[in-house]
Amino acid sequence: MRIPILKLHNYLLISIQTELDDKTAIQFQEDLLNKIHETWASGVVIDLTSVDIIDSYIAKVLGDVVSMSDLMGAKVVLTGIQPAVAMTLIDLGIHLKDVPTALDLEQGLIKLRQELEE
Amino acid sequence: MMDIQFQSFIPIKKEWDIVAARQQGRDMSKQIGFGSVDQARIATAISELARNIYLYAEQGKICFEILDDMEHKGIKIIAKDDGPGIPDVGKVMEDGYTTSGGLGAGLPGIKRLMDYFDIVSEEGKGTEVTVQKWLR
Ligand SMILES: Nc1ncnc2c1ncn2[C@@H]1O[C@H](COP(=O)(O)OP(=O)(O)O)[C@@H](O)[C@H]1O
Ligand SMILES: [Mg+2]
Repeated sequence: MRIPILKLHNYLLISIQTELDDKTAIQFQEDLLNKIHETWASGVVIDLTSVDIIDSYIAKVLGDVVSMSDLMGAKVVLTGIQPAVAMTLIDLGIHLKDVPTALDLEQGLIKLRQELEE
Repeated sequence: MMDIQFQSFIPIKKEWDIVAARQQGRDMSKQIGFGSVDQARIATAISELARNIYLYAEQGKICFEILDDMEHKGIKIIAKDDGPGIPDVGKVMEDGYTTSGGLGAGLPGIKRLMDYFDIVSEEGKGTEVTVQKWLR
């Protein structure tokens, strides 16, 4: 299973609609970094509205993808984290402190624009 | 007396079994009547347990039981393997302790996600983790 990555101007948009098993998550990490490299994208929004579970492994992959993209010069914003998922992450002790988040895709794009203008 | 309504298990051998186990846990907890937050907690705990089996013991199983003693309902999950076991159980219950470059949030996290947590592990013999969550 490959997660589709859409390009919009200098942004990449991803909406995760499938069950995130470990292989899919790692494949996505690789695909996104390659796509940033190919397109010179400056911002990325990963929408998690449809994701109903984030365990410590997926959280690590997502956290890593944010740091790796940052190293490549692209800002990542995670959007649409479900309330149940947010509460579960806190119970797990995972705070995703350095990861920019926003309520939804639209807010995510606004946040990216602000961060990139700074 | 604990009246066991339903028992089942999912063998953990390949990576995809982690997904199968947590989906089974979510379906069962929904059926028991747990709300979406507790469903997520239970599914996440199972995901952590199943991944630990897959990563550290190679294979094992996740057993499910619906608990119903007239007064309350709940779910019991037992993760069992015949892997290498854990030499220092106290150590692995510390937040951030990992031998695999993971987040080390698994076991201490599972304890916080569930109402009951017990781990029995013997070096060279295997590990058994039992967790329960009650419907409130
Ligand atoms: N079923 C198991 N068999 C053997 N060792 C285990 C098992 N589960 C966990 N461990 C050990 O406990 C450590 C902590 O586990 P955990 O809290 O899930 O964090 P992580 O998986 O991120 O390392 C693991 O790194 C591993 O060394
Ligand atoms: Mg683990």
